[in-house]
Amino acid sequence: MPAGIVSYGVYIPKYRIRVEEIARVWGDESDVSGNLNVFKKSVPDVDEDAVTIAVEASRNAIRRGRIDPTRIGVIYAGSESHPYAVKPTSTIVGEAIGTNTDLTAADFEFACKAGTAAIQACLGLVSAGMVDLGMAIGSDTSQGAPGDALEYTAAAGGAAYVIGKDDLIAEIEDFYSFTTDTPDFWRREGMPYPEHGGRFTGEPAYFKHVTNAARGLMRKMGVSPEDYDYAVFHQPNGKFPLRVARQLGFTKEQIDQGLVVPEIGNTYSGSCLIGLAATLDVARPGDRIFAVSFGSGAGSDAFSIMVKDEIDELGGGVPLVRDYISDTKNEYLDYAMYAKHKGKLRL
Amino acid sequence: MTMSTAPRFWRHIPQRYNLIGTHCANCGEYYFPPREICPNCRRDTVMEDYKFEGTGTVVTYTVIHNATEDFKRQTPYTLAIIQLDEGPRLTGQVVADPDDVEIGTKVKSIFRILGKDGEKGIIYYGTKFVPAESSA
Repeated sequence: MPAGIVSYGVYIPKYRIRVEEIARVWGDESDVSGNLNVFKKSVPDVDEDAVTIAVEASRNAIRRGRIDPTRIGVIYAGSESHPYAVKPTSTIVGEAIGTNTDLTAADFEFACKAGTAAIQACLGLVSAGMVDLGMAIGSDTSQGAPGDALEYTAAAGGAAYVIGKDDLIAEIEDFYSFTTDTPDFWRREGMPYPEHGGRFTGEPAYFKHVTNAARGLMRKMGVSPEDYDYAVFHQPNGKFPLRVARQLGFTKEQIDQGLVVPEIGNTYSGSCLIGLAATLDVARPGDRIFAVSFGSGAGSDAFSIMVKDEIDELGGGVPLVRDYISDTKNEYLDYAMYAKHKGKLRL
Repeated sequence: MTMSTAPRFWRHIPQRYNLIGTHCANCGEYYFPPREICPNCRRDTVMEDYKFEGTGTVVTYTVIHNATEDFKRQTPYTLAIIQLDEGPRLTGQVVADPDDVEIGTKVKSIFRILGKDGEKGIIYYGTKFVPAESSA
Protein backbone atom coordinates (compact mmCIF):
# COMPACT_ATOMS: atom_id res chain seq x y z
CA MET A 1 0.00 0.00 0.00
CA PRO A 2 1.44 3.40 -0.91
CA ALA A 3 2.52 5.83 1.79
CA GLY A 4 3.18 9.52 1.70
CA ILE A 5 2.06 12.96 2.82
CA VAL A 6 -1.32 13.35 4.56
CA SER A 7 -0.84 17.00 5.47
CA TYR A 8 1.86 19.62 5.87
CA GLY A 9 2.43 22.97 7.55
CA VAL A 10 5.14 25.59 7.71
CA TYR A 11 6.11 28.48 9.92
CA ILE A 12 8.44 31.36 9.11
CA PRO A 13 9.10 34.15 11.66
CA LYS A 14 7.99 37.60 10.58
CA TYR A 15 11.29 39.44 11.03
CA ARG A 16 13.68 40.02 8.13
CA ILE A 17 17.12 41.49 7.67
CA ARG A 18 18.44 42.50 4.27
CA VAL A 19 21.70 40.88 3.19
CA GLU A 20 22.94 44.33 2.19
CA GLU A 21 22.54 45.47 5.82
CA ILE A 22 24.79 42.65 7.03
CA ALA A 23 27.33 43.44 4.28
CA ARG A 24 27.27 47.13 5.29
CA VAL A 25 28.24 46.31 8.88
CA TRP A 26 31.18 44.12 7.84
CA GLY A 27 32.39 46.44 5.09
CA ASP A 28 31.81 43.96 2.30
CA GLU A 29 31.43 46.13 -0.78
CA SER A 30 30.95 43.32 -3.28
CA ASP A 31 27.48 42.56 -4.60
CA VAL A 32 26.76 39.99 -1.89
CA SER A 33 23.02 39.73 -2.60
CA GLY A 34 23.62 39.27 -6.32
CA ASN A 35 26.43 36.78 -5.78
CA LEU A 36 24.35 34.65 -3.43
CA ASN A 37 20.97 35.32 -5.05
CA VAL A 38 19.71 35.93 -1.49
CA PHE A 39 18.25 39.34 -0.71
CA LYS A 40 16.88 38.96 2.79
CA LYS A 41 16.59 36.31 5.45
CA SER A 42 14.13 35.49 8.21
CA VAL A 43 15.08 36.21 11.81
CA PRO A 44 13.42 34.67 14.85
CA ASP A 45 11.81 36.82 17.52
CA VAL A 46 13.61 36.92 20.87
CA ASP A 47 11.17 34.34 22.24
CA GLU A 48 11.31 31.93 19.29
CA ASP A 49 13.56 28.91 18.81
CA ALA A 50 13.57 25.61 16.91
CA VAL A 51 10.93 24.24 19.32
CA THR A 52 8.41 27.08 18.96
CA ILE A 53 8.87 27.00 15.17
CA ALA A 54 8.36 23.21 15.14
CA VAL A 55 5.19 23.57 17.21
CA GLU A 56 3.70 26.29 15.00
CA ALA A 57 4.50 24.34 11.81
CA SER A 58 3.04 21.15 13.33
CA ARG A 59 -0.12 22.92 14.44
CA ASN A 60 -0.52 24.30 10.91
CA ALA A 61 -0.16 20.75 9.52
CA ILE A 62 -2.77 19.45 11.99
CA ARG A 63 -5.21 22.24 11.10
CA ARG A 64 -4.66 22.03 7.34
CA GLY A 65 -5.39 18.29 7.21
CA ARG A 66 -7.99 18.35 10.01
CA ILE A 67 -5.89 15.61 11.64
CA ASP A 68 -6.86 14.00 14.93
CA PRO A 69 -3.49 14.34 16.76
CA THR A 70 -4.17 11.24 18.84
CA ARG A 71 -3.66 9.21 15.64
CA ILE A 72 0.00 10.25 15.55
CA GLY A 73 2.20 7.44 16.85
CA VAL A 74 5.63 8.86 16.12
CA ILE A 75 7.24 12.30 16.10
CA TYR A 76 10.73 12.83 14.75
CA ALA A 77 12.00 16.41 14.97
CA GLY A 78 15.01 17.32 12.88
CA SER A 79 17.14 20.38 13.67
CA GLU A 80 20.72 21.49 14.09
CA SER A 81 19.63 24.09 16.65
CA HIS A 82 17.65 22.05 19.19
CA PRO A 83 17.55 24.37 22.22
CA TYR A 84 18.46 21.57 24.61
CA ALA A 85 21.58 19.43 24.19
CA VAL A 86 19.74 16.78 26.22
CA LYS A 87 15.92 16.94 26.34
CA PRO A 88 13.93 16.27 23.19
CA THR A 89 12.26 18.88 21.02
CA SER A 90 9.88 16.14 19.82
CA THR A 91 8.27 15.58 23.24
CA ILE A 92 7.46 19.27 23.56
CA VAL A 93 5.88 19.21 20.11
CA GLY A 94 3.84 16.12 21.05
CA GLU A 95 2.42 17.79 24.14
CA ALA A 96 1.75 21.04 22.30
CA ILE A 97 -0.19 19.40 19.47
CA GLY A 98 -2.12 17.08 21.78
CA THR A 99 -0.88 13.59 20.94
CA ASN A 100 -1.61 10.62 23.17
CA THR A 101 1.15 9.21 25.37
CA ASP A 102 1.35 5.98 23.33
CA LEU A 103 3.89 7.75 21.19
CA THR A 104 7.49 7.19 20.21
CA ALA A 105 9.59 10.29 19.67
CA ALA A 106 13.17 11.32 19.05
CA ASP A 107 15.21 14.23 17.78
CA PHE A 108 17.26 14.02 14.61
CA GLU A 109 20.34 15.98 13.61
CA PHE A 110 21.94 15.85 10.17
CA ALA A 111 22.80 19.50 9.44
CA CYS A 112 20.26 20.68 6.83
CA LYS A 113 18.68 17.31 6.02
CA ALA A 114 17.46 16.10 9.43
CA GLY A 115 13.87 16.82 8.38
CA THR A 116 13.94 14.60 5.30
CA ALA A 117 15.67 11.86 7.30
CA ALA A 118 12.73 12.14 9.73
CA ILE A 119 10.30 11.70 6.81
CA GLN A 120 12.12 8.53 5.73
CA ALA A 121 12.00 7.09 9.26
CA CYS A 122 8.28 7.90 9.54
CA LEU A 123 7.67 6.28 6.14
CA GLY A 124 9.29 3.08 7.43
CA LEU A 125 7.09 2.86 10.53
CA VAL A 126 3.95 3.82 8.63
CA SER A 127 4.61 1.41 5.76
CA ALA A 128 5.28 -1.43 8.22
CA GLY A 129 1.91 -0.77 9.82
CA MET A 130 3.53 -0.09 13.20
CA VAL A 131 1.96 3.38 13.55
CA ASP A 132 -1.08 5.04 11.99
CA LEU A 133 0.42 8.48 11.39
CA GLY A 134 3.88 9.97 11.83
CA MET A 135 4.95 13.60 12.20
CA ALA A 136 8.29 14.54 10.61
CA ILE A 137 9.64 18.01 11.30
CA GLY A 138 12.53 20.10 10.10
CA SER A 139 13.00 23.39 11.99
CA ASP A 140 15.94 25.62 12.73
CA THR A 141 17.09 28.94 14.06
CA SER A 142 20.44 28.52 12.41
CA GLN A 143 23.54 30.38 13.50
CA GLY A 144 26.24 32.21 11.60
CA ALA A 145 29.17 33.77 13.43
CA PRO A 146 29.34 37.57 13.19
CA GLY A 147 31.19 38.46 10.00
CA ASP A 148 31.23 34.87 8.70
CA ALA A 149 29.90 34.10 5.22
CA LEU A 150 27.16 31.97 6.82
CA GLU A 151 25.70 35.06 8.47
CA TYR A 152 24.35 36.29 5.14
CA THR A 153 22.05 33.30 4.79
CA ALA A 154 21.54 31.51 8.16
CA ALA A 155 17.81 31.97 8.75
CA ALA A 156 14.88 30.62 10.76
CA GLY A 157 11.86 28.56 9.78
CA GLY A 158 10.41 25.11 9.73
CA ALA A 159 8.04 22.64 8.15
CA ALA A 160 6.08 19.66 9.46
CA TYR A 161 4.78 16.74 7.43
CA VAL A 162 2.15 14.24 8.54
CA ILE A 163 3.07 10.88 7.03
CA GLY A 164 0.55 8.08 6.61
CA LYS A 165 -1.04 5.55 4.28
CA ASP A 166 -4.65 6.78 4.05
CA ASP A 167 -6.04 10.00 2.60
CA LEU A 168 -2.73 10.89 0.96
CA ILE A 169 -2.49 14.34 -0.59
CA ALA A 170 0.77 13.21 -2.18
CA GLU A 171 2.24 9.76 -2.52
CA ILE A 172 5.96 9.36 -1.94
CA GLU A 173 6.60 7.00 -4.83
CA ASP A 174 10.16 6.21 -3.84
CA PHE A 175 13.29 7.69 -2.29
CA TYR A 176 17.02 7.23 -2.61
CA SER A 177 19.83 8.50 -0.38
CA PHE A 178 23.52 9.13 -0.96
CA THR A 179 25.74 9.43 2.12
CA THR A 180 29.48 9.82 2.73
CA ASP A 181 31.76 11.05 5.51
CA THR A 182 32.54 14.55 4.26
CA PRO A 183 33.55 17.21 6.83
CA ASP A 184 32.30 20.30 4.95
CA PHE A 185 30.44 21.94 7.86
CA TRP A 186 30.27 21.16 11.58
CA ARG A 187 29.67 22.52 15.06
CA ARG A 188 31.45 21.01 18.04
CA GLU A 189 29.64 20.40 21.33
CA GLY A 190 29.26 23.62 23.33
CA MET A 191 30.30 25.89 20.47
CA PRO A 192 27.83 28.65 19.60
CA TYR A 193 28.60 28.87 15.89
CA PRO A 194 29.35 26.29 13.19
CA GLU A 195 32.55 26.12 11.17
CA HIS A 196 32.75 25.29 7.49
CA GLY A 197 35.19 24.48 4.74
CA GLY A 198 34.49 27.52 2.54
CA ARG A 199 34.50 26.44 -1.10
CA PHE A 200 34.87 22.83 0.06
CA THR A 201 31.12 22.99 0.85
CA GLY A 202 30.46 23.22 -2.91
CA GLU A 203 31.67 20.54 -5.34
CA PRO A 204 32.75 17.75 -2.93
CA ALA A 205 29.77 18.33 -0.66
CA TYR A 206 26.55 19.91 -2.00
CA PHE A 207 26.93 19.14 -5.70
CA LYS A 208 28.39 15.63 -5.31
CA HIS A 209 25.68 14.48 -2.89
CA VAL A 210 22.68 16.18 -4.50
CA THR A 211 23.56 14.96 -8.00
CA ASN A 212 24.33 11.41 -6.86
CA ALA A 213 21.09 11.15 -4.87
CA ALA A 214 19.06 12.65 -7.72
CA ARG A 215 20.62 10.45 -10.41
CA GLY A 216 20.38 7.42 -8.14
CA LEU A 217 16.65 7.90 -7.70
CA MET A 218 16.04 8.55 -11.39
CA ARG A 219 18.05 5.43 -12.27
CA LYS A 220 16.20 3.37 -9.64
CA MET A 221 12.80 4.48 -10.94
CA GLY A 222 13.67 4.72 -14.63
CA VAL A 223 12.56 8.35 -14.85
CA SER A 224 14.06 11.58 -16.17
CA PRO A 225 13.65 15.31 -15.35
CA GLU A 226 10.99 15.66 -18.07
CA ASP A 227 8.72 13.36 -16.06
CA TYR A 228 8.35 16.02 -13.35
CA ASP A 229 6.29 19.21 -13.12
CA TYR A 230 8.31 20.64 -10.24
CA ALA A 231 11.69 20.13 -8.61
CA VAL A 232 12.99 21.28 -5.23
CA PHE A 233 16.62 21.22 -4.16
CA HIS A 234 18.18 22.18 -0.84
CA GLN A 235 18.76 25.91 -0.83
CA PRO A 236 21.88 27.03 1.10
CA ASN A 237 21.87 30.06 -1.19
CA GLY A 238 20.09 31.06 -4.37
CA LYS A 239 22.86 29.95 -6.74
CA PHE A 240 23.48 26.31 -5.81
CA PRO A 241 19.95 25.00 -6.50
CA LEU A 242 19.86 26.78 -9.87
CA ARG A 243 23.21 25.33 -10.87
CA VAL A 244 22.48 21.79 -9.66
CA ALA A 245 19.10 21.83 -11.43
CA ARG A 246 20.86 22.77 -14.67
CA GLN A 247 23.47 20.03 -14.17
CA LEU A 248 20.73 17.45 -13.71
CA GLY A 249 18.63 18.62 -16.64
CA PHE A 250 15.81 20.38 -14.77
CA THR A 251 14.61 23.75 -16.01
CA LYS A 252 14.33 27.02 -14.09
CA GLU A 253 10.55 26.84 -14.53
CA GLN A 254 10.48 23.52 -12.69
CA ILE A 255 12.26 24.92 -9.61
CA ASP A 256 10.93 28.50 -9.50
CA GLN A 257 7.87 27.73 -7.36
CA GLY A 258 9.88 26.04 -4.62
CA LEU A 259 12.82 28.45 -4.64
CA VAL A 260 12.22 30.46 -1.45
CA VAL A 261 15.81 31.17 -0.37
CA PRO A 262 16.11 34.60 -2.08
CA GLU A 263 13.30 35.86 0.19
CA ILE A 264 13.91 34.05 3.50
CA GLY A 265 17.49 32.71 3.44
CA ASN A 266 18.59 29.20 4.33
CA THR A 267 16.29 27.69 6.94
CA TYR A 268 18.57 24.63 7.25
CA SER A 269 16.43 21.63 8.29
CA GLY A 270 13.42 23.58 7.04
CA SER A 271 14.95 24.57 3.70
CA CYS A 272 14.05 21.77 1.29
CA LEU A 273 10.83 21.07 3.20
CA ILE A 274 9.61 24.69 2.98
CA GLY A 275 10.46 24.66 -0.74
CA LEU A 276 8.44 21.46 -1.10
CA ALA A 277 5.55 23.03 0.85
CA ALA A 278 5.61 26.10 -1.42
CA THR A 279 5.30 23.69 -4.34
CA LEU A 280 2.48 21.67 -2.75
CA ASP A 281 0.70 25.00 -2.10
CA VAL A 282 0.08 25.34 -5.85
CA ALA A 283 0.33 21.75 -7.07
CA ARG A 284 -2.63 20.10 -8.77
CA PRO A 285 -3.67 16.45 -8.66
CA GLY A 286 -1.45 14.44 -11.01
CA ASP A 287 1.53 16.80 -10.68
CA ARG A 288 4.82 15.12 -9.98
CA ILE A 289 7.49 16.68 -7.72
CA PHE A 290 11.18 15.78 -7.46
CA ALA A 291 12.76 16.86 -4.15
CA VAL A 292 16.36 16.51 -2.96
CA SER A 293 17.69 17.63 0.42
CA PHE A 294 21.32 18.04 1.43
CA GLY A 295 22.87 17.86 4.86
CA SER A 296 26.50 18.64 5.52
CA GLY A 297 28.58 15.88 6.89
CA ALA A 298 27.25 14.75 4.32
CA GLY A 299 24.23 13.25 2.63
CA SER A 300 21.27 13.81 0.34
CA ASP A 301 17.78 12.31 0.31
CA ALA A 302 15.93 12.35 -3.02
CA PHE A 303 12.15 11.84 -3.20
CA SER A 304 9.71 11.28 -6.05
CA ILE A 305 6.27 12.62 -5.10
CA MET A 306 2.96 12.23 -6.94
CA VAL A 307 0.20 14.71 -5.98
CA LYS A 308 -3.21 13.11 -5.37
CA ASP A 309 -6.81 14.31 -5.70
CA GLU A 310 -7.07 14.71 -1.91
CA ILE A 311 -4.86 17.81 -2.03
CA ASP A 312 -7.99 19.76 -2.98
CA GLU A 313 -9.59 18.80 0.33
CA LEU A 314 -6.96 20.52 2.50
CA GLY A 315 -8.16 23.60 4.30
CA GLY A 316 -8.20 25.05 7.75
CA GLY A 317 -7.35 28.62 6.77
CA VAL A 318 -3.66 27.86 7.20
CA PRO A 319 -1.13 30.35 5.75
CA LEU A 320 0.68 29.31 2.57
CA VAL A 321 4.44 29.69 2.29
CA ARG A 322 3.96 32.74 0.08
CA ASP A 323 1.67 34.28 2.74
CA TYR A 324 4.55 34.17 5.21
CA ILE A 325 6.99 35.49 2.61
CA SER A 326 4.89 38.43 1.43
CA ASP A 327 3.09 39.28 4.67
CA THR A 328 2.77 43.06 4.90
CA LYS A 329 3.29 42.71 8.66
CA ASN A 330 6.85 41.47 8.13
CA GLU A 331 9.28 43.77 9.94
CA TYR A 332 12.78 44.65 8.78
CA LEU A 333 15.57 44.85 11.34
CA ASP A 334 18.84 46.72 11.26
CA TYR A 335 21.96 44.81 12.30
CA ALA A 336 21.80 46.00 15.91
CA MET A 337 18.24 44.75 16.38
CA TYR A 338 19.14 41.56 14.51
CA ALA A 339 22.03 40.97 16.92
CA LYS A 340 19.64 41.44 19.84
CA HIS A 341 17.12 39.01 18.37
CA LYS A 342 19.77 36.38 17.76
CA GLY A 343 21.30 36.72 21.21
CA LYS A 344 24.61 37.77 19.72
CA LEU A 345 24.96 40.45 22.38
CA ARG A 346 26.10 38.93 25.66
CA LEU A 347 24.89 41.18 28.50
CA MET B 1 22.31 19.62 41.54
CA THR B 2 20.49 22.93 41.50
CA MET B 3 17.10 23.60 43.05
CA SER B 4 14.83 23.26 40.08
CA THR B 5 11.59 24.96 39.22
CA ALA B 6 10.92 22.12 36.75
CA PRO B 7 8.18 20.35 38.78
CA ARG B 8 6.22 23.56 39.26
CA PHE B 9 6.43 24.33 35.54
CA TRP B 10 5.61 20.73 34.59
CA ARG B 11 2.36 20.83 36.56
CA HIS B 12 1.17 23.76 34.45
CA ILE B 13 2.14 22.40 31.01
CA PRO B 14 -1.46 21.65 29.88
CA GLN B 15 -2.60 25.19 30.72
CA ARG B 16 0.49 26.89 29.33
CA TYR B 17 0.83 24.95 26.08
CA ASN B 18 -2.79 24.44 25.14
CA LEU B 19 -4.97 26.64 27.35
CA ILE B 20 -6.60 23.62 28.97
CA GLY B 21 -9.20 24.88 31.44
CA THR B 22 -12.46 23.46 32.64
CA HIS B 23 -16.13 23.67 31.70
CA CYS B 24 -19.06 22.97 33.99
CA ALA B 25 -21.52 20.90 31.98
CA ASN B 26 -24.20 21.69 34.57
CA CYS B 27 -24.31 25.47 34.17
CA GLY B 28 -22.16 25.95 31.06
CA GLU B 29 -19.54 28.20 32.70
CA TYR B 30 -15.91 28.05 31.47
CA TYR B 31 -12.90 28.41 33.79
CA PHE B 32 -9.28 29.32 33.18
CA PRO B 33 -7.16 28.45 35.04
CA PRO B 34 -9.04 25.21 35.64
CA ARG B 35 -11.23 24.79 38.71
CA GLU B 36 -12.39 21.53 40.23
CA ILE B 37 -15.58 22.91 41.79
CA CYS B 38 -17.93 25.24 39.94
CA PRO B 39 -18.80 28.13 42.28
CA ASN B 40 -22.24 28.37 40.65
CA CYS B 41 -23.17 24.71 41.06
CA ARG B 42 -21.12 23.59 44.07
CA ARG B 43 -22.10 19.98 44.85
CA ASP B 44 -23.92 19.74 41.51
CA THR B 45 -20.70 20.52 39.61
CA VAL B 46 -20.15 18.44 36.45
CA MET B 47 -16.64 19.59 35.55
CA GLU B 48 -14.81 18.51 32.38
CA ASP B 49 -11.52 19.54 30.82
CA TYR B 50 -11.89 22.09 28.04
CA LYS B 51 -9.33 23.26 25.47
CA PHE B 52 -9.91 26.94 24.77
CA GLU B 53 -9.83 28.06 21.14
CA GLY B 54 -7.16 30.65 21.97
CA THR B 55 -9.04 33.56 20.42
CA GLY B 56 -10.13 36.57 22.41
CA THR B 57 -10.22 40.33 22.89
CA VAL B 58 -7.92 42.75 24.70
CA VAL B 59 -9.84 44.09 27.70
CA THR B 60 -7.03 46.34 28.88
CA TYR B 61 -3.25 46.45 28.58
CA THR B 62 -0.07 48.09 29.71
CA VAL B 63 3.24 48.61 27.92
CA ILE B 64 6.27 47.48 29.92
CA HIS B 65 9.36 49.65 29.47
CA ASN B 66 11.30 48.64 32.60
CA ALA B 67 11.24 44.88 32.84
CA THR B 68 12.67 42.28 35.15
CA GLU B 69 15.96 40.66 34.19
CA ASP B 70 14.32 37.86 32.15
CA PHE B 71 12.34 40.23 29.96
CA LYS B 72 14.86 43.04 29.41
CA ARG B 73 15.49 42.04 25.81
CA GLN B 74 11.80 42.28 24.96
CA THR B 75 11.04 45.85 26.06
CA PRO B 76 8.87 47.63 25.21
CA TYR B 77 6.30 44.85 25.24
CA THR B 78 2.57 44.67 25.82
CA LEU B 79 1.01 42.82 28.71
CA ALA B 80 -2.76 42.52 28.40
CA ILE B 81 -5.81 41.16 30.13
CA ILE B 82 -7.47 39.11 27.42
CA GLN B 83 -11.04 37.91 27.49
CA LEU B 84 -11.17 34.56 25.76
CA ASP B 85 -14.16 34.09 23.44
CA GLU B 86 -15.57 31.50 25.83
CA GLY B 87 -15.56 34.02 28.70
CA PRO B 88 -12.62 33.67 31.12
CA ARG B 89 -10.00 36.41 31.37
CA LEU B 90 -6.27 35.84 31.63
CA THR B 91 -3.09 37.88 31.59
CA GLY B 92 -0.83 37.36 28.61
CA GLN B 93 1.81 39.00 26.46
CA VAL B 94 0.69 40.34 23.08
CA VAL B 95 3.60 40.04 20.64
CA ALA B 96 3.20 43.10 18.43
CA ASP B 97 4.28 46.69 18.08
CA PRO B 98 2.67 48.37 21.13
CA ASP B 99 1.06 50.86 18.72
CA ASP B 100 -0.86 47.97 17.11
CA VAL B 101 -2.56 46.94 20.35
CA GLU B 102 -5.57 48.71 21.81
CA ILE B 103 -8.60 47.91 23.92
CA GLY B 104 -10.83 45.74 21.77
CA THR B 105 -8.03 44.29 19.59
CA LYS B 106 -8.87 40.74 18.55
CA VAL B 107 -6.05 38.32 19.35
CA LYS B 108 -5.15 34.67 18.81
CA SER B 109 -2.75 32.40 20.66
CA ILE B 110 0.79 31.48 19.58
CA PHE B 111 3.48 29.21 21.04
CA ARG B 112 6.55 30.99 22.40
CA ILE B 113 9.27 30.87 25.04
CA LEU B 114 7.83 32.35 28.23
CA GLY B 115 11.11 32.36 30.13
CA LYS B 116 14.28 30.50 30.96
CA ASP B 117 15.57 29.29 34.31
CA GLY B 118 18.97 30.93 33.79
CA GLU B 119 21.68 29.59 31.47
CA LYS B 120 21.50 26.01 32.78
CA GLY B 121 17.86 25.59 33.78
CA ILE B 122 14.79 24.58 31.86
CA ILE B 123 13.11 26.62 29.17
CA TYR B 124 9.50 27.54 29.87
CA TYR B 125 7.32 27.31 26.79
CA GLY B 126 3.72 28.39 26.57
CA THR B 127 1.08 30.66 25.13
CA LYS B 128 1.34 34.27 24.10
CA PHE B 129 -0.96 36.20 21.79
CA VAL B 130 -0.74 38.15 18.52
CA PRO B 131 -3.31 40.37 16.79
CA ALA B 132 -5.72 38.04 15.01
CA GLU B 133 -4.99 39.25 11.47
CA SER B 134 -1.31 38.26 11.73
CA SER B 135 -0.16 35.15 9.78
CA ALA B 136 2.09 34.26 12.73
